[in-house]
Amino acid sequence: MSQHRVDLTVNGKPRSASVPARLTLVDFLRETLNLTGTHTGCEHGVCGACTVLLDGEPVRSCLLFAVQADGAQIVTVEGLAPDAEGLSVLQDSFCELHALQCGFCTSGMLIAAHALLTRDTDPSEEKIREAIGGNLCRCTGYKQIVEAIALAARRLKGANEPAPQRSGHDG
Amino acid sequence: MKAVDFDYWRPADLAETCALLSEGGGDAKIIAGGQTLVPLLAMRLARPALLIDINRVAELQGIAENGGVVEIRACTRQARALADPMVGAKLPLLAKALSFVGHEQTRNRGTVGGSLANADPAAEIGLAALALDAEMSLVSAKGARTVPVGQFFVSPMETALAPEECLAAVRFPAWREAGRIGTGFQETSIRRSDFALAAAAVHLVLDQSGRCARIAVSLGGAGAKSVRVAAIEQALTGGRLGDGEITASVAQVHDGIEAVTDIHASAAHRRRIAGALVARAIAEARDEALAGQA
Repeated sequence: MSQHRVDLTVNGKPRSASVPARLTLVDFLRETLNLTGTHTGCEHGVCGACTVLLDGEPVRSCLLFAVQADGAQIVTVEGLAPDAEGLSVLQDSFCELHALQCGFCTSGMLIAAHALLTRDTDPSEEKIREAIGGNLCRCTGYKQIVEAIALAARRLKGANEPAPQRSGHDG
Repeated sequence: MKAVDFDYWRPADLAETCALLSEGGGDAKIIAGGQTLVPLLAMRLARPALLIDINRVAELQGIAENGGVVEIRACTRQARALADPMVGAKLPLLAKALSFVGHEQTRNRGTVGGSLANADPAAEIGLAALALDAEMSLVSAKGARTVPVGQFFVSPMETALAPEECLAAVRFPAWREAGRIGTGFQETSIRRSDFALAAAAVHLVLDQSGRCARIAVSLGGAGAKSVRVAAIEQALTGGRLGDGEITASVAQVHDGIEAVTDIHASAAHRRRIAGALVARAIAEARDEALAGQA
């Protein structure tokens, strides 16, 4: 078996391990590092559930072997929150606008949206939809996800505002 | 859904890459962006004994222009090519095609050369390369050779690359005709960024009098291979590209368009889409060239 040493940074922390060549990055994150926030969906690059940031850019971690990430900076959903207790503005917006039901796609959606909001502080709805175009959600119909990303964009710009009232929910 | 075990090597340069390919014979496989290869490995449709990772080979990275020829080295990321100002200025058709390739997450990793070497008949980069008469630079331990794109694509998922060869770069020659360039790229897929049911790429030049000095039309996704549509090119060269002329030129080839039936669409449906997309792409390119002239 082909075994390789990798040294990389995950959510700001240096990590090292010896990995078999065939171990995907998502399996490395989940099973070696116990970072189970990143989800394993289709395992062949279709669903986007395993999206992580590789050197700042969103990529599918099932389509990368851990050995290839040697020297890289990885950010997973666990790295989005400012501290162990709180959530990021984007994560809060997802909670408030019910942008998740089963939650399986959520970490990938959050990473894709986070990457968008990092480079575009005022994305149009079309840009938001394009940014999450590679992420499948089978519950929400995407509408609340798009709304949550737009709300997070407005909040991050400093235009702090309460969550819009939605029928059937307490505001 | 896990790959079988393999050896992994990360060569430092192109010479080492070629040496590894020679040693590995048919059991070695290059991995670039991995956006197609890794799913094949996961599904065990590919079982190479050795993966040669070219992601850190500096000679295979970057975009440069020399004497009007734009060279994109094979391991250049699709996202990087899409964002490159020179690609936008010199290869507007390729820039349009790239925006249809996969999703942001796959373009960040997927490479221009990887898409070409994979030779999927629904792939947009290959379709643009075909319209632009691109040339492939192939390198092995024995030396280098250049293969025109028309000979590079042999059949679905099969190229002229020998097992010991590495695709090093793709070169796009400039069009020398005087006049205004226009480009068109049209694609239909079940959802945006899915595989194309059909796609059409058009590159043309209108001379000072508004006549078509040169036009290239390529069609992909519909059949087993992307093709240049020479009959349309011949019919439209020298003309003014009126809507009627375009429709007539497409009508004459329509029934002969090679198309396949699969779970996504019948051959007849694909043929109709293909004809409509070719007509739209020609009109798009014409309008762009006319707008440039104003």
